[in-house]
Amino acid sequence: MQIRTLEIGVGLFLLAGLLALLLLALRVSGLSYGANGDSYKLYAHFDNIAGLTVRAKVTMAGVTIGKVTAIDLDRDSYTGRVTMEVEQRVDNLPTDSTASILTAGLLGEKYIGISVGGDEELLKDGGTIRDTQSALVLEDLIGKFLLNTVNKESK
Amino acid sequence: MRKTSVLERIRLLGRSGLDVLEALGRSTLFLIHALFGRTGTRNGFQLLVKQLYAVGVLSLPIIVVSGVFIGMVLALQGYNILVDYGSEQAVGQMVALTLLRELGPVVTGLLFAGRAGSALTAEIGNMKSTEQLSSLEMIGVDPLKYIVAPRLWAGFISMPLLAIIFSVVGIWGGAMVAVDWLGVYEGSFWSNMQNSVQFTEDVLNGVIKSVVFAFVVTWIAVFQGYDCEPTSEGISRATTKTVVYASLAVLGLDFILTALMFGDF
Repeated sequence: MQIRTLEIGVGLFLLAGLLALLLLALRVSGLSYGANGDSYKLYAHFDNIAGLTVRAKVTMAGVTIGKVTAIDLDRDSYTGRVTMEVEQRVDNLPTDSTASILTAGLLGEKYIGISVGGDEELLKDGGTIRDTQSALVLEDLIGKFLLNTVNKESK
Repeated sequence: MRKTSVLERIRLLGRSGLDVLEALGRSTLFLIHALFGRTGTRNGFQLLVKQLYAVGVLSLPIIVVSGVFIGMVLALQGYNILVDYGSEQAVGQMVALTLLRELGPVVTGLLFAGRAGSALTAEIGNMKSTEQLSSLEMIGVDPLKYIVAPRLWAGFISMPLLAIIFSVVGIWGGAMVAVDWLGVYEGSFWSNMQNSVQFTEDVLNGVIKSVVFAFVVTWIAVFQGYDCEPTSEGISRATTKTVVYASLAVLGLDFILTALMFGDF
């Protein structure tokens, strides 16, 4: 075969490969807001994170504004410390905002919902959300309910 | 009598161990010579283009067809399971992650070993048995540079590209089945996928896997061809060995790489 045809074929093949990588980046993995630069860190302490995972989304009024980047145990307060990356365009969160762990969908995927407070001071990079609401743990709820019924019956 | 037979068995075991080590050493030296040897050929680029065409472009049909069908089957199976839980939107995320992390690199590696690897072994083995390699040496051309190096580089370059193309057409096939035929809502199909697929963790790790597989498969294929017995039986044995060794290497390495990339240790 002519070398020219070969070269055209190989060129098209390389182009197809690069195009496919671009498609994977933009269409499939949705490379949108980067982890650095245009986002800032917030911390929140929860009594029980119950199934929240790294990469879970952080939402406000249902709109995704960031993601969870790390979860670890705080040694001093015995609480779960959740690190969040929040987009820079949402830089006007009051310090008394509330973070709660919520559940989406039937499969029970956990995410963090932030509700706005009324303070005039704003949360800065590295700030901690004080007001938190832990995840609803079904076992606890059922346990309390059962205990309640037993108590009532014994009276 | 019994004692010698035990001793003889131990000797045979030692012999086979040494043989394996020797083959490993020879193949490593072979690879280093072919890739980093000093004497290059002047028309190296054209040789590479020819091999890229033979190894990469001619493998495209089988890669594309298997990619589409695997994506379609994944979507069909995933939908049937997920619809019981009312979360059939997650089918996009399932198809994409399965293809990017595992099936893209692995199935491409296996198909590549079968389609391109065996062809490389047979071609080089044939050259060896018809004494083309020694004729090249006679006229002062290094066969490692002229025959082997372009084939190695072509394999290294084309397999990652083939794996990426495999994943993309697989996701497209999955989208076709899930969205067009089964009626999953298109918006949630894609947004679920984009929420769960990370570029660095999933896409790039898949590409890294395919680079490793490309390296191993091409190396095995070319070395088996170069090292085979120069008879028709030897060539057929070498071709079989290429497919068996390369496939086993892909599957074994896949476990190790997955444990390193996605395991928690």
